[in-house]
Amino acid sequence: MAIMTYREALNLALREEMDRDPRVFVMGEEVGLYDGAYKVTQGLLKAYGDKRIIDTPICESGFTGVGVGAAMLGLRPVIEMMTFNFSILALDQIVNSAAKMCYMSGGQYPIPLVVRGPGGPAAQLAAQHSQSMETYFYHVPGLKVVRPTTPADAKGLLKSAIRDDNPVIFIEAETLYAVKGEVPDDPDFTIPLGKAIIRREGTDVTVVAYMGMMYRAMEVAEELAKEGISCELVDPRTLRPMDTDTIVSSVRKTHRAVVLEAGAGFAGMGSEIASEITEEAFDDLDAPVERVTGENAPMPYAKNLELLKTPSKAKIADAIRKVCYR
Amino acid sequence: MITKVVMPKLSDAMETGKVIKWLKKEGDAIKGGDVIAEIETDKANVEIEAFGSGVLRKVIVDEGGQVPVGDLIAVIADPAENIEPVLAGAPKATPSAAAPAVTGAPPDPAKPAAVPAASAPGPVPATETYKSAPETGKVVPLTPESGAPRPQPAAAAAAAPAGPRLVAAPRAEAATGGRVKASPLARKIAAQRGVDIGGLQGSGPGGRIVRRDVEAALAAGPAPAAVAAPAAAPAPTRAPFVIPARTDAEYEDLALTPMRATIAKRMPQSKAPVPHFYVTSEVAMDRAWELRAELNALEGSPKVSVNDLVIRACALALLRHPGVNASFQGNTIRVYHRAHIGIAVALDGGLITPVLRDCDVKPLVQIAAESRDLAERARAGKLRASEISGATFSISNLGMLDVEEFSAIINPPEGAILAVGSVAEKAVVVDGALAVGRRMRMTISCDHRAMDGAMGARFLQDVKRLLEEPLRLLV
Repeated sequence: MAIMTYREALNLALREEMDRDPRVFVMGEEVGLYDGAYKVTQGLLKAYGDKRIIDTPICESGFTGVGVGAAMLGLRPVIEMMTFNFSILALDQIVNSAAKMCYMSGGQYPIPLVVRGPGGPAAQLAAQHSQSMETYFYHVPGLKVVRPTTPADAKGLLKSAIRDDNPVIFIEAETLYAVKGEVPDDPDFTIPLGKAIIRREGTDVTVVAYMGMMYRAMEVAEELAKEGISCELVDPRTLRPMDTDTIVSSVRKTHRAVVLEAGAGFAGMGSEIASEITEEAFDDLDAPVERVTGENAPMPYAKNLELLKTPSKAKIADAIRKVCYR
Repeated sequence: MITKVVMPKLSDAMETGKVIKWLKKEGDAIKGGDVIAEIETDKANVEIEAFGSGVLRKVIVDEGGQVPVGDLIAVIADPAENIEPVLAGAPKATPSAAAPAVTGAPPDPAKPAAVPAASAPGPVPATETYKSAPETGKVVPLTPESGAPRPQPAAAAAAAPAGPRLVAAPRAEAATGGRVKASPLARKIAAQRGVDIGGLQGSGPGGRIVRRDVEAALAAGPAPAAVAAPAAAPAPTRAPFVIPARTDAEYEDLALTPMRATIAKRMPQSKAPVPHFYVTSEVAMDRAWELRAELNALEGSPKVSVNDLVIRACALALLRHPGVNASFQGNTIRVYHRAHIGIAVALDGGLITPVLRDCDVKPLVQIAAESRDLAERARAGKLRASEISGATFSISNLGMLDVEEFSAIINPPEGAILAVGSVAEKAVVVDGALAVGRRMRMTISCDHRAMDGAMGARFLQDVKRLLEEPLRLLV
């Protein structure tokens, strides 16, 4: 185990996978000479050369399409989005080509492609650069979608994503790059896609959250413990495929659930998880499932309004108290 | 649109069904999926759902009435729809049959007075009938011919034996005449423990009854409204061992409950035509016992029983021995590539075998959680129809009754059943020395038409190996 930042954990995962498999390469804007807009690819150009670390023009649809083609021919590209908001420009390549190629070719062309980069609300990045972009992707059959919360998860899940033969959308977070944590240095350490984790055990309520919301939930859980409410925190880690079993068995134990989501709530991940819980564990519920989500509005630039838009600790605590009838 | 509600076929063997209780009254608005009635089948009490939306216009078979599968028991339609053709068409062949249905039903409060006259001469509206297909759970439309049902007199209802009621508690709605707000969990606990939820005060929003209200009622002792719960809280002390006094009557004849009648009919259908053979093996359960203790010491993990280990071991062994996971079909032998395992659950009035599906791909904790859930709901009479059919193999465990070994009767069309005894400490020989070990005996009954002795023996050998190397059950 080593203590390292989330950013360093991603960098280490890329290095280990490039050492392990010569077919793995990295492509995107400023990933080489500039060492990456958020320094995730720091030092890779020097270590692996410009055949495997490729700087591209500012054209997401173009280099993502090159990634799909490279994957069809047997390479394992890792495409960096400088921020995931820019992936909107590459939606056609991701949704219509990457996600469907294996299906439409009758299995002849699996697409072992990873598209990674930061997403979600950060610090005053305003309306266009603060979006929780996972919602655009997990609806699409054929894509896997990962949101790693901790440095160890970032490493273990990125390695699994690179080794997976399906296109994987891997969304990091600007606000988490500097978070430090213990990370296994074993190059064989991976975390399987589609496995949730219980980050804190509890008995009264299941709180489902990922990324920044999970950190917020941990603080709320500490505070509510003083009121005698014991929160169990479940982090899905992979949004698709979703580990419904872990979530539902937690709810069967606690009988109550609150789902957190940073993005706007309408038809969001919270709706999906709440629906799964209701379908699978209805008779175990002692209260309706609560969602705490971002407001249904574009992200404001002003700091005070940005705070109002994202779910606060007070709102999370209120929702937990509500399902516990406190 | 008019939706005919017919007596559903809820198991392969079901020929008639009895309406235990209407959960909706005539005039109630119905949404597709609403639970509208409880039906007593030959095996269990089952809730049936509405397949169409509208208003419950007519209840044709009253509570207690017994009719053949496929017969019309109610009509759901829009308030303005003319249902006379459906009502008139159905009982026409046996006019006497219509009498109890019509006279027994209260006046329809939802029906606007002007409607029948206005719509009667109009064209006959489209009707749709549905039945449940137990195998797939899919809803398949019936053809109009086969769907045109004929209600039978409910006269049998009065004479019908009062079988054991598997439903633990009356509906709160029935108790108060209105809808009682309660969380699903509160309802479940109340039903399991025999608490009349209608007599409780809810402490949740809008007076919702939640878990703590039911638990408070239980803690406060038997409420006046509580019905007797035969399976009360498990007593930590041993029950008194009483031998009843001699009665005056030399014997008594007990009426057959539907479940007992089914068992009586089905078992000779197995034992007589199916040539059973039996293979018995003894398993060293020491390691499995330790593993189970370790698993059960984990916080928050569902408790794992010995039977759960046996289920998992059988599921894995069935994958290696599909010939045992087989059904004799007359001209062919159907070999299953799924391990859907029936688990015999003893009830007061007989037994039922709910099916744990796809055991071959379920981890142990899931098997533990689901088998407990199935057993609890089996005892509460709350199994769904899809959960009591479709097993490819069965397990019957009498270990909790201190049975060393026994032989079970195959439940056709399955090809084999495993009878499991208790885990007991015994003197055993280990490496030439006498020691104390935990041993369990199990006996498989096989259908000799589909498989042979060595196949059963090899299967049993693998089950034994899996239980003796129990880490294999976790991978």
